[in-house]
Amino acid sequence: MQTKATLKTLLAASVVGFGLSQAALAQETIKIGSVLSVTGPSSFLGEPEDKTLRIYVDKINATGGVNGKKIELVIYDDGGDANKARTFATRLIEDDEVIAMVGGTTTGSTMAMIPVFEDAKVPFISLAGAIEVIDPVRKFVFKTPHTDKMACEKIFEDLKKRNLTKIGLISGTDGFGASMRAQCVKVAPNYGMQIVADENYGPRDSDMTAQLTKIKNTAGVQAVVNPGFGQGPAIVTRNYAQLGMNSIPFYQSHGVASKSFIDLAGAAAEGVRLPAAALLVGDKLPESDPQKKVVTEYKQTYESATKQPVSTFGGHAYDGLFILVEAMKRANSTDSEKIRDEIEKTKGFVGTGGIVNMSATDHLGLDLSAFRMLEIKGGDWNLVASGS
Amino acid sequence: MAEFLQFLISGLTVGAVYALVALGFTLIYNASGVVNFAQGEFVMLGGMVTVFASAAGVPLPLAAVVAIVVAVVIGLLLHRLAIEPARGASAVTLIIITIGASILLRGLAAIIFDKQFHKLPGFSGETPIDILGAAVQPQSFWVLGGTAVVVVALYVFLEHTLLGKAVLATAANRLAARLVGINTTTIMALAFGGSAAIGAIAGILVTPITLTNYDVGTLLALKGFAAAMLGGMGNPLGAVVGGLLLGLLEAFGAGYLSSTYKDAFAFLVILIVLFAAPQGLFGRRAVERV
Repeated sequence: MQTKATLKTLLAASVVGFGLSQAALAQETIKIGSVLSVTGPSSFLGEPEDKTLRIYVDKINATGGVNGKKIELVIYDDGGDANKARTFATRLIEDDEVIAMVGGTTTGSTMAMIPVFEDAKVPFISLAGAIEVIDPVRKFVFKTPHTDKMACEKIFEDLKKRNLTKIGLISGTDGFGASMRAQCVKVAPNYGMQIVADENYGPRDSDMTAQLTKIKNTAGVQAVVNPGFGQGPAIVTRNYAQLGMNSIPFYQSHGVASKSFIDLAGAAAEGVRLPAAALLVGDKLPESDPQKKVVTEYKQTYESATKQPVSTFGGHAYDGLFILVEAMKRANSTDSEKIRDEIEKTKGFVGTGGIVNMSATDHLGLDLSAFRMLEIKGGDWNLVASGS
Repeated sequence: MAEFLQFLISGLTVGAVYALVALGFTLIYNASGVVNFAQGEFVMLGGMVTVFASAAGVPLPLAAVVAIVVAVVIGLLLHRLAIEPARGASAVTLIIITIGASILLRGLAAIIFDKQFHKLPGFSGETPIDILGAAVQPQSFWVLGGTAVVVVALYVFLEHTLLGKAVLATAANRLAARLVGINTTTIMALAFGGSAAIGAIAGILVTPITLTNYDVGTLLALKGFAAAMLGGMGNPLGAVVGGLLLGLLEAFGAGYLSSTYKDAFAFLVILIVLFAAPQGLFGRRAVERV
């Protein structure tokens, strides 16, 4: 790496003018790479991530950068295609020579890129949801979003408090829905939950009344959980109200944790509960909450810069970037391996997704307290007081 | 009984959506023998333009008219700029052109509008109506009624007007149609414009139920195409029956069999039908008629 850089500097210096400025620039910047799904089916995840990274890198550079050096951000758009993601990952390592990476919008593209970063020994902070990213632990791979397993556990915890044990599942067959369904089925016995109905729907289906009618007519269903994201859960929620099932408690996942879900589901969303990051309810958090300051600041910055409502997905990119920046500060070096060691030592980092305490065996560093149980009331998120 | 009725009505509503898309295929196919794979994009345009026009303060009925006009203009442009210059080409080439057009329209919609999902309010409110224990969205009746109106109008047009017969004549033999004095270019343009209008109407009617975004057309085009094949390509009645049947297969498949395999079940039935009757359910009649 070192010799390569020297060679490049020499080469660049040999070219008059343009080459000189390139070489000068190369000395002063730290290159951070990112591959995001800015377009394509996952663009609603990738777009806020892309904007967040750009806004905050500009902010960091405006205040002097990291360790006296400016950050140079290299972002590629994989369009939601794992093959492209892998090509871009190789390009980041071989051509751009980045020292670290914050990106990987979907689990698919993240999994495709992992071998590239592991081989190159470059830290990779993923923004993908599934637990496979960090389980088993890989030396150079970290992630910031909560896992679907945690979402199941949070929902079951809430159900247990309400003395509800017989649940019906209605899951999307897309990657997110299928993965979360599997995790829910796996952890259900730990909470004494019994899955009495288990239905599915396609990610693009426009009517789920058939599946819901089946759940409605299953004897003993006390609550319904809907793992899924995109427009599917909004339609499920509308059909749920259409069939008059509101008397049965209904849980959505963190996959729908954006304002557009409430808009799309409309009045049908009333009373729906879901686990989500503190970011969604920043203004409702008590002053004493450690995350209050971070989430309100991020929300303000993002919304004033983009004129769009904040989403938790952009928050994951914020967390990833600042975990990396703080690790670089602690390492006081641009050496990828030293930075990796410092990322792993992240303790008490307050991000939008929760308080991060990483270790050699935990490259996510979040516990269940990172999720808040929310209930939709009056067209807005409300914190569910613990015990109710 | 209530359960059966719920599945039936769910199936009919979804089926009516497929039927409307299938109808759009029918008109262009009748005029040119081309399967227009940009049909789903007309559906998307109908929904998206209505959503954005009404968000900009245009009253809903007017926004719907605006959406239909926009779709028709794009349909005519598609014909004028992409299909007409390639008029000597084979049907397969033209079909590939429509696939390209569909990708272009989807990309433009993602840039001009956005990539979020949007909804429209139900035309007659959103309080479900109770029919013998089955809960029905009022919008379902709009979709079913709209489908009925469109199919009758299209049937009357094709069977009982001179212009409609000219469309059928163009489909049967373009050269012969020209020899008897039919302006086939105008007929083709008419078919694309009409087809775009049907697609847009479908998009407007179904958006309160299905929601819409820039690439909602992809799957609808696929399902609509399957419905059209099932019913017999080119027959308006076949398109409607095929659409409703596909919707019912999905709803009953999900309700009585397994929701995981409902799509597989629906397509399996289609394969069996096409194996027994390659022309589709009503296909032969269409051939005889021409």
